[in-house]
Amino acid sequence: MLLTLTNTRTPATDLGFLLHKHPDRVQKFSLSFGEAHVFYPEANPDCCTACLLVDVDPVGLVRGKSQANGGLLDQYVNDRPYAASSFLSVAIGEVYSSALQGRCNHRPDLVDQPLPLQVQLPAVPARGETGLVHALFEPLGYDVEATRLPLDERFPEWGDSPYVALTLNASATIKDVLSHLYVLLPVLDNAKHYWVGQDELEKLLRHGASWLATHPEKEFIARRYLRHQRSLAREALERLDVAEDDDAIEPASDTGETAPNDMASITPEEAVVEAPISLNESRIRAVLAVLDAVEAKSVVDLGCGEGKLLYRLLKESRISRLVGLDVSIRALEIAAARLNLDQLPPRVRERITLLQGGLTYRDARIEDFDAALAIEVIEHLDLGRLAAFEKVLFRCARPRVVVVTTPNVEYNVRYETLPAGRLRHTDHRFEWTRTEFRDWGRRVAEQHGYAVRFEPIGEADPELGAPTQMAVFEREAA
Amino acid sequence: MKITLPELSLVVLIGPSGSGKSTFARKHFLATEILSSDYCRGLVADDENDQAATGDAFDILHYIAGKRLKAGRLTVVDATNVRPEDRKPLVALAREYHCLPVAIVLDMQEQVCHERNANRPDRSFGPHVVRNQAASLNRSFRGLQREGFRHIFRLRTPEEVETAEIERQPLWNNRKSEAGPFDLIGDVHGCYDELLQLLERLNYEVRPNGAGIAVSHPEGRKLVFTGDLVDRGPKVPDVLRLAMGAVHSGSGYCVPGNHDLKLVKALRGRQVQKTHGLAESLAQLEAETPEYREQVAQFLDGLVSHYVFDGGKLVVAHAGLPEAMQGRGSGKVREFALYGETTGETDEYGLPIRYNWAADYRGRAAVVYGHTPVPRAEWFNNTLCLDTGCVFGGELTALRWPEKELVSVPALATYYQPVRPLVPVMPEAPSLQQAADDVLDYADVSGKRILHPRIGHSVTIRPENAAAALEVMTRFAADPRWLAYLPPTMSPSETSEMDGFLEHPREALAYYRNTGIATVVCEEKHMGSRAVVVIARDEAAALRRFGIAGEGRGVVYTRTGRRFFNDADTERALLDRLADAIGAAGFWEEFQTDWFLLDCELMPWSLKAKDLLIRQYGAVGAASRAMLRPAHDRIAAAQARGLEVAELRDTYAERARDAQRFTDAYRRYCWNVASLDDIRLAPFHLLATEGKVHTDRSHLWHMETLHRLAQHGDPLLLATPYRAVDLNDPAACASLEDWWLGLTEEGGEGIVVKPMDFIPKLTGKPVQPAVKCRGREYLRIIYGPEYTHPAHLTRLRKRGLSGKRGLAVREFALGLEALERFVAQEPLRRVHECVFGVLALESEPVDPRL
Repeated sequence: MLLTLTNTRTPATDLGFLLHKHPDRVQKFSLSFGEAHVFYPEANPDCCTACLLVDVDPVGLVRGKSQANGGLLDQYVNDRPYAASSFLSVAIGEVYSSALQGRCNHRPDLVDQPLPLQVQLPAVPARGETGLVHALFEPLGYDVEATRLPLDERFPEWGDSPYVALTLNASATIKDVLSHLYVLLPVLDNAKHYWVGQDELEKLLRHGASWLATHPEKEFIARRYLRHQRSLAREALERLDVAEDDDAIEPASDTGETAPNDMASITPEEAVVEAPISLNESRIRAVLAVLDAVEAKSVVDLGCGEGKLLYRLLKESRISRLVGLDVSIRALEIAAARLNLDQLPPRVRERITLLQGGLTYRDARIEDFDAALAIEVIEHLDLGRLAAFEKVLFRCARPRVVVVTTPNVEYNVRYETLPAGRLRHTDHRFEWTRTEFRDWGRRVAEQHGYAVRFEPIGEADPELGAPTQMAVFEREAA
Repeated sequence: MKITLPELSLVVLIGPSGSGKSTFARKHFLATEILSSDYCRGLVADDENDQAATGDAFDILHYIAGKRLKAGRLTVVDATNVRPEDRKPLVALAREYHCLPVAIVLDMQEQVCHERNANRPDRSFGPHVVRNQAASLNRSFRGLQREGFRHIFRLRTPEEVETAEIERQPLWNNRKSEAGPFDLIGDVHGCYDELLQLLERLNYEVRPNGAGIAVSHPEGRKLVFTGDLVDRGPKVPDVLRLAMGAVHSGSGYCVPGNHDLKLVKALRGRQVQKTHGLAESLAQLEAETPEYREQVAQFLDGLVSHYVFDGGKLVVAHAGLPEAMQGRGSGKVREFALYGETTGETDEYGLPIRYNWAADYRGRAAVVYGHTPVPRAEWFNNTLCLDTGCVFGGELTALRWPEKELVSVPALATYYQPVRPLVPVMPEAPSLQQAADDVLDYADVSGKRILHPRIGHSVTIRPENAAAALEVMTRFAADPRWLAYLPPTMSPSETSEMDGFLEHPREALAYYRNTGIATVVCEEKHMGSRAVVVIARDEAAALRRFGIAGEGRGVVYTRTGRRFFNDADTERALLDRLADAIGAAGFWEEFQTDWFLLDCELMPWSLKAKDLLIRQYGAVGAASRAMLRPAHDRIAAAQARGLEVAELRDTYAERARDAQRFTDAYRRYCWNVASLDDIRLAPFHLLATEGKVHTDRSHLWHMETLHRLAQHGDPLLLATPYRAVDLNDPAACASLEDWWLGLTEEGGEGIVVKPMDFIPKLTGKPVQPAVKCRGREYLRIIYGPEYTHPAHLTRLRKRGLSGKRGLAVREFALGLEALERFVAQEPLRRVHECVFGVLALESEPVDPRL
């Protein structure tokens, strides 16, 4: 990593006093993750440039101490040694600590003097639009020049890299510039190489004291700096005396941002295209209404995911046996936590079971239920595997009632953020028109001795239908 | 007194406290065969006499007894058992596991019991206890038989107890020591002429023997009739004569069919409806002597309901038999063996709908049966129905065991009209097995599983790995019927200590030399993505062999069983071109197959790994080049000012070069794919064709054969350069090293070194099926752009290969086992459990850079 600071106010070499680094010397510093050098490629009365060169030991990253970090630091092929990240913030804090704290014993008069300063960073991770870089630095008085780096000029079709070459010009104090970089580089990167705890909050408050409260992106900065830990971020804003209300910071999942952001999981963040609350709520209500009407006492939720629907079903005291089945162990763990399984009163606890299972495998544990639900599930199966699911559900499990919901693809044009032809979720293998869904439902019902009816869910468009479609299958008497 | 027990029975000792049950049990049975209520009381209450613990103690006793009986082990219950209600759950338990309950009553005089109890300090109860127990016993003794005890033994004096001897008797159905060879014959139903033809085909000699018929085979083969010799057909008496001759002379066995037993009833004058062909049998037997009819009745009446042959590998029962009933003796077992089980419903012809026990059959023994006429005899979940409806104008079929060959002769006439026409049970599927295999069962893959591949040791799959595999299989994998194989992981060679190298062929060659292998085959390792190709001659062949309709002639899938191409058109086009190449090479005919299974590498890497390239490799390349070059320039400027940064400058100059080398390294494996013409497929294992897994061929054969495939000019197919190296020839080894160096300096990934034999015939430690040896430049993609820096390299050399190598061996064994089972047309779950196992092992945490 390379941070270049240039002062052009005569005598420009005052920069040496401010940084506590003599312009004619080369200094080396030892850091926990590598080492740093400070040297001046240029040092004359008109222009003085200080370079902070930080070497991250790439083998140490992977083989070093704690494996607890997981993903990000688990790769030898890693941008951390090159791209400006929280490692650089730590180096600034260590190597330029006096300057960052605004101490200058030899020339205290210089500390609060704004200087014409230029900052250059050759590779700053900043995914998405460069607008974010401008939005973060411009309110602080910088003239921002952010040039997007190509990923590989040999393969222009791969698109741009996630990095910008960044040049900042401002008339500012060294102390402020360093504190801005200290906070904003990890914010741009949206990652930290260490665990974020309470002391991180103190750091943010200390380094952001003079400027964060008035920054228009303060919520965004606090949230990302504190790695999306909502309580910490709220506390930060409260202590900055700017917190407005609970909604000031939305939970990470609602903003479409995923919290852990390692090299392996950086994908274009999938916007949540459906208006999530209302449609999901309509779906739940529709399902509850069906279960109510058929007086289902035992219910299995196939593909229960993180248990949003189970949470509601558990409140229905009529349902004495509730099973949530999902193939993802991780999702089931989250569901168990969300449902607070360990803390439930015994009489409630004994009504619910979470099971891992695959929808294409026959499973004796889901046989003998009044109702089976497959809510927004079938579209996650490859079309070719749907036949196996049909057999597992309608031939082997044979519940009295089956409820299936799936998106109505015709409605997708109503979603402004969804590019034409794209499905609502990256894991959707297909989305059906109303006709396709009905044809499927009727064929399955016919084949397995069920009666089927279809209902729209969500506000229906007169031409395109409702955003979600539901099929209710009822087993016919043998 | 001699007490004869069936070898599998539940022995219930009955007698008051002090009657000597425990002593008796210890004398005659293994300690582990005895379940004592006192001991179980102690388990739950720390006091063998704590009567308050009796309920819980018996729960435990019954539980253990159940487990033992399920496993087929004789079990002795040592408790007073004097009241009917004490014995009732035991009789129920014996029935549940189809074993015979045996009562041994120690009916001592009360005085004997009192004296014994008086000598035991822990039995401080009063005399009324024994008195009551004895009274209970006396009251209920007569009812023992009615309670369900088939064998009752009563010992009345200490002397009788002292002199009693116990003999364990094998069940009649236990013929495990009889290994045949056999010829099993399906339902004959009086079709004597066809039977003679069939026996002639099978090389039997049939000749008159007085009033009877003698039958023998020059090689000592034995006949086994699966029952229903009689009814409907024209020559019932002759068939019976032949069968009786075979059985009585010891050259044959026969299990009874439902028709046979109904005939016995009729012959014995019982009131039966003379339907379903019984009238014909009776009419034909009218012409015989009364003595003969009595012989027939005795013969049929004496038949044993089923047999277990050949070390337990073969079970014969007329209507089939689930595993839990095999080798057991009870009324229910006999009932099932004769009639099967019905669902209680009837079909449109008014015939009972039968419970398809074979669909759920998971047993180790092959079950051969008849009873239900089928259009052809087909193996299905290790069961085979031999009744091919001869009397209805079908065929009379025999199974040769252990050869497992089917031999049939057609019926000479339709002797009887079937109520229900002979049509396939599930006409849409090409075979019964495929029809049953359209859904796999969670219970067959979940939890801890131990698999037994034919090579190597057994493989344990841990539940958490199975859970991980389930997720991948369910969410991403192709139809499991395509997945007859998954490739194993591959370990690198031992770490090289040579300057500047992390891997070098010297170690790979040394590894095989040290295992005692003389020759290896070294193949260029293409840098693309592993691809397994299943290809059939046409879609019909794919349906026939894989049971999949509507998905084309084959599939290309990744090492995790996922379809390689999201786009079906590209896959189809690739398979079509490959099929043309196979045709041009004459391979369909040469291998007498209409499908191939090939293990391949598919290029370019960027086709499958584009996301990874963009996210990680491209990004790191971009960041490193963007940062290191200006850093170097700044250092150079400082040096120009006279600062002491020469060393730093050199370091950064090298780092900047490494960044460029890294970029060059991954770029070699990337190119744009506009059409199929930009794709290359390099097959390196010709894994299997119809009836054959080609792992008995050397790697040299695989390379040569697949080169012939590539020779036919389709640029899609890449012939992999290879060399066979004599490990004891230093010059050959040195030349191999040079070859590798040349390949890798030009940017090649490296080589794979394999023992000449696909499955090396060595004893001792398992040998790696292959070892890879990757080039210095290529490894930048793995260990980072600057890994060659001596400070980095020193640390990177510390890496452990044993975990990876253990996995490679186990996954190799499972992959080949899957192939063998697929080729042998075993049930899908048997293939799938191996494939699933490979996937599960792949979720073991191992260093992903190895």
